[in-house]
Formats: sequence, C-alpha cells, structure tokens
Amino acid sequence: MTERYSEMPQQPEREEAVIRVQGLVNRFGDNVVHEGLDLTLYRGEILGVVGGSGTGKSVLLRSIVGLKRPNDGTVEVLNQRLNELSESQRSQVERRFGVLFQRGALFSSLNLQENVALPLIEHAKLSRQEAEYLARIKLSLVGLPPHAARQFPESLSGGMVKRAALARALALDPDILFLDEPTAGLDPIGAAAFDQLLVTLRDAMGFSVFLVTHDLDTLYAACDRVAVLSQKRVLVVDTLENVAKTDDEWVQDYFNGPRGRAAQRSAGPTSSQE
Amino acid sequence: MPNEWITQQGEHVSLHGEWTLRHYAELKRALQQQGRLSSAALSLPGFEGLDTAGAALIVELIGVEKTKQIGEWASDLPQVQQALLIRIAEAMDAQLESPTPRPNRISEALATVGQQMVALGSQQRQLLAFIGLVLATFTSLLFRPRHWRITATVAHIQQSGLNAVPIVALLTFMVGAVVAFLGATVLQDFGATVYTIDLVAFSFLREFGVLLAAILLAGRTASAFTAQLGAMKSNEEIDALKTLGLDPIELLVLPRVMAMLISLPLLAFVGMLSGLVGGAVVATLSLDISVSQFITTLQKDVSVTHFLVGLSKAPVFAFVIAVIGCLEGFKVSGSAQSVGAHTTSSVVQAIFMVILIDALAALFFMEMGW
Repeated sequence: MTERYSEMPQQPEREEAVIRVQGLVNRFGDNVVHEGLDLTLYRGEILGVVGGSGTGKSVLLRSIVGLKRPNDGTVEVLNQRLNELSESQRSQVERRFGVLFQRGALFSSLNLQENVALPLIEHAKLSRQEAEYLARIKLSLVGLPPHAARQFPESLSGGMVKRAALARALALDPDILFLDEPTAGLDPIGAAAFDQLLVTLRDAMGFSVFLVTHDLDTLYAACDRVAVLSQKRVLVVDTLENVAKTDDEWVQDYFNGPRGRAAQRSAGPTSSQE
Repeated sequence: MPNEWITQQGEHVSLHGEWTLRHYAELKRALQQQGRLSSAALSLPGFEGLDTAGAALIVELIGVEKTKQIGEWASDLPQVQQALLIRIAEAMDAQLESPTPRPNRISEALATVGQQMVALGSQQRQLLAFIGLVLATFTSLLFRPRHWRITATVAHIQQSGLNAVPIVALLTFMVGAVVAFLGATVLQDFGATVYTIDLVAFSFLREFGVLLAAILLAGRTASAFTAQLGAMKSNEEIDALKTLGLDPIELLVLPRVMAMLISLPLLAFVGMLSGLVGGAVVATLSLDISVSQFITTLQKDVSVTHFLVGLSKAPVFAFVIAVIGCLEGFKVSGSAQSVGAHTTSSVVQAIFMVILIDALAALFFMEMGW
C-alpha cells in the first residue's frame, strides 16, 4: 500500500501483476467450470471479464477472493499464493481486497454509515466516531447525499445500494476492487454514472479493478482490457478493439450483435480516453 | 515539534511520510500538537503513501477551497495524489452531517409506551382480520376440490406432524414419569399410592398430552412457518404470486393450517399415550403396581369424556398456532433482523395464546362438569 503512489506514473504500470491466476481448475461434481484457466490483472487497470451465462465468471471471482477453494492451479495475489498462507496472513491479504457483490450484500441491520464504518472499526481500530466520520466521507465520495448515511439498506433504491456497497468495498482503501455485475439492474443513466464514478475513483485512488459484467456500455466506458471466458478458460484477453476482432462465434455475436453495435456507437466519441 | 509527518522550519511547514489509515490515530495526535498551521507557507513535496483517510485529514487542515486549487501551489505532488486530494475535497464539500433533532428523553419514553400500546392493539386486530380471511378463503374453497392443495398439505403434515412424533413422544414420556413420581410422593402419606394411576391419566388425557404437543409445535412449527413465509416475502415471491393472480392464502396458508389441524390432534394422541406409558413404567418399577392393574384401573376409573375433552382442544390450538405463524411471516419486511424479530414474536404469541386458551377451556369444562 505504501509504495503505490510513488511507483505509479500517469499511465498504469503494465508490468506489475497484482493477480496472477495459473492453471485454475474448478469443478462442481462432474461439471467442470474452469480447466487450466490463466489470467493476469495488472496494477491500476480495469479489467472487464465477460462471458455467456454459466461460463464461470462469478466462480472465478469467488476463487480469487478465497470464497471457493480451487480444485487445482494457483492464485497469486500481490505476489503471495493465497492457498499457501496461514489464516492470519490470509486475512492480512484479504484486507487489501474490496468486493462488491451482485446484490450489494449490505448488512441489513446496520445503517449505511455503520456498514462502511464496520471494517474501519474492526481492522483499523478507529473509534466509532472517527470511523463514522470517514464513512460519511466515503459515502459522499461515491455520490450519496448526506441524509443517506443514517438510512437502512431496505429503504434504498437499487442504484443507491450499489453506491453504498462500493463505499463499503472502498472502506479500507483496497489495492484490488472486485465488482460482480455492478451495473446490473440499474437504469442506463445510473449505470453510466456508476461507470464514470469507477473511472474517476480509480484515477484518484489507483486501485486495480476486476470487473465481472454483462454490460457492453460498461466495457466501452470503463475497461482498459477485456477478458472473454469461454470453453472453460480465458479465450482472449486484450484491449476492447482487439477482442472485438477475435474470430469466435460468441465474441462476434456479443460485440457485433445489435446491442454491441449500439454500445459501440454510443461510446464512439468518448472512446478516445482508452 | 518535528516528527515523521510534519516538519516545521520557521514559517515553513512541510507534510510528508505515510498519511494512511494505519497511522490515523498518530496523525491526528501530531496535528493536534502542531496546533493551527499557517497555511500560507505549507508545502507538500509528495507523500510516501496517501489514502482517503490521510487525504481527509489534509483537506481538514488546509481547507476545501485551497485543496481544489492544489495544482497551482503544490505542483511537485504526484498527479495521483493531487487527484485523490481533489476528489476528497469535493466529497467533503458536500454537507457531511445531516442535522438530527435532539430527542427529549421523557417525551420519547412516553412515545415508546404509546407506540407499543397501539402496536399491541393493531396486532390483535390484524390477527382477527387474518383469521377471518383464512376462514373466508377456506369456505370458498370447500366445495371446489380442484383448489385443494393435497400435495402441499401432505408435505407439511410430514414436516410438522410426522417428524415431530419422536420429540413429542419422548417429552411426554418423561413428563408422565415425573407426574407419577410426584403423585407417588404426595399420595404415599395418605396410603393412596394407587391413585397415582388416576393422577397420570387425568392430567394427560385432559391437559398435558395436548398442551405439551401444542407448545412443542408452537416452538417448532410456528417459527418454521414464519421463517419460510418471511424469506418468501423478502424475496418478493409473495408479490410474484399476487401479480400472477394467485392467492397466497390459498397456496401458502391453507395447506399449512390444514396440515396443523390434522397433525396436532394426532400428536396430542401420541402425547397422551406416551405420557401414560411413562406413568406406567414408573408405577411398575417403583410403586409395585403391575401393568395389568394399571390398565384395569384406567378402564374402571377414567371415563372416555376426559379423552374427548383433551382432544377437543387440539384443533383450536392447531389453528391458532398455524395462523399466528403465517401472519407473522407475512409481516416480515426486507431485513434479516426483521425475520428474526417476527420469528420470535410468532413463537411467543403462539405459546401465550395456547396457554391462555387452555386456561379458559379448563374453566369452561369445569363449569360444565365435563
């Protein structure tokens, strides 16, 4: 965490890997989800992971963050192999993750500022008052109005839940942010605002992002590279333009189908930021 | 005062080092010791580490407006750190604390009492309304067998009736044994040990068999009903049923109520038998009353009225338990806490109602001389 800013120039450093997945195998009974999957996430980049339903995008995310033990292969996070670490070392590494679950997974018995303050109190050993103050800054950072801090998750709209969950994922200033379909269920305007927010925060805080998504607009607006999961492995991982040229039926359908073309058109003028 | 984070040379103050969450407490202390910094001569040569917590402290120190123009006066600061400081300044520019009115203790306490009384009243009204709704739906479906949910009902009979047989039998067996011991101890002084048989038989046929089974099901099944329906409610499954034009009472509540109406009398019967067996075992083993004597006395002294009196209460208990369990399930709102609160409430209410009805029934049957 300490060397992050001094080492990071304007453009993300492409050489340094924060996550390196090699030969990953995941099975559920006879159903093989991943067979020798390789993937690398570099520091400071936003990597979009796409694939049809059931290609194991969420399973990949779960095996990287340690919620599922892979059947074979290695997952190296910040140069440490997660499955070789002891419980306490593991917890140290996991503190540097921020995870946004598909449905937010906010603690329903706590209000928003308590949700964000919880990891600060438990891990950073701050007093409740300080933690809730920092939590309110985080909530404001993700664009929530001040009165939301004392609201409970059940009274929030889908977009606000996603933002609040992002604030909680950012609570400990993670090095790596995992997002599982962050824009699913948001209206297009809310989704676009979320993409924008993600890019601004990445530029300011310098984290790397592992982004599982179905949303083509998000790919165009936010991602530096795109990985396509297919046939139990990563079929291709490259910049969006190169991935879209891949000769594969699913990839062609996905990027050059009607919705893909629409997203491409709407992203046209701004895609120069890539 | 020089330290890791702040150096002051005359008018010139410079911030450096690691301004991160890990050092938050020390940073705050250092800033307090430093007192008010004259921001004119501040320089930021670059930090070894900077995160949102550190950035928040710096923005507090130098003010929001000045931070937003950071590019102009701290150009040696790395771009990323500038960007972070500006983002945090923007975030802190918005009002962070929404005003909360300071509550008056006494009026708040009074308000709580009032709220609870109103809640208690509306709870009883809701229960009565729900009972009405269930009965109305039941009568409307009575002559339309196509709408009878036989499969669901049988599944609930298995879960709440059949699966509860072992625990009901064990519990009543033990209570039967205890009652027999108690009777033996008290009746021995009058040389009337043999009346232990009557004691066990009366208590189990009239009261304990059905009461123990009902209390057990209130804990076991009312809570299960509340949790099942509550989870469905918070998953919007019940709303989905309604929008499909289906009646949740018909699909979800009636099968549960019918299952309980069938299960509880049977379980009460199991409880009665098992309690009698418990009494008989104690009588045989420690009171020198043989099994055949036990059975003969039962036949001679205890009329079948007592059995019918006991069993007549079972359907009432069953109905109340099932209805309370389902109603509390429908009251669940989104949160996990709400599921817990309503499950607790359903068990407490169900047990309370069972005992209340039992007491009233005891009075009634006594007055009637049954």
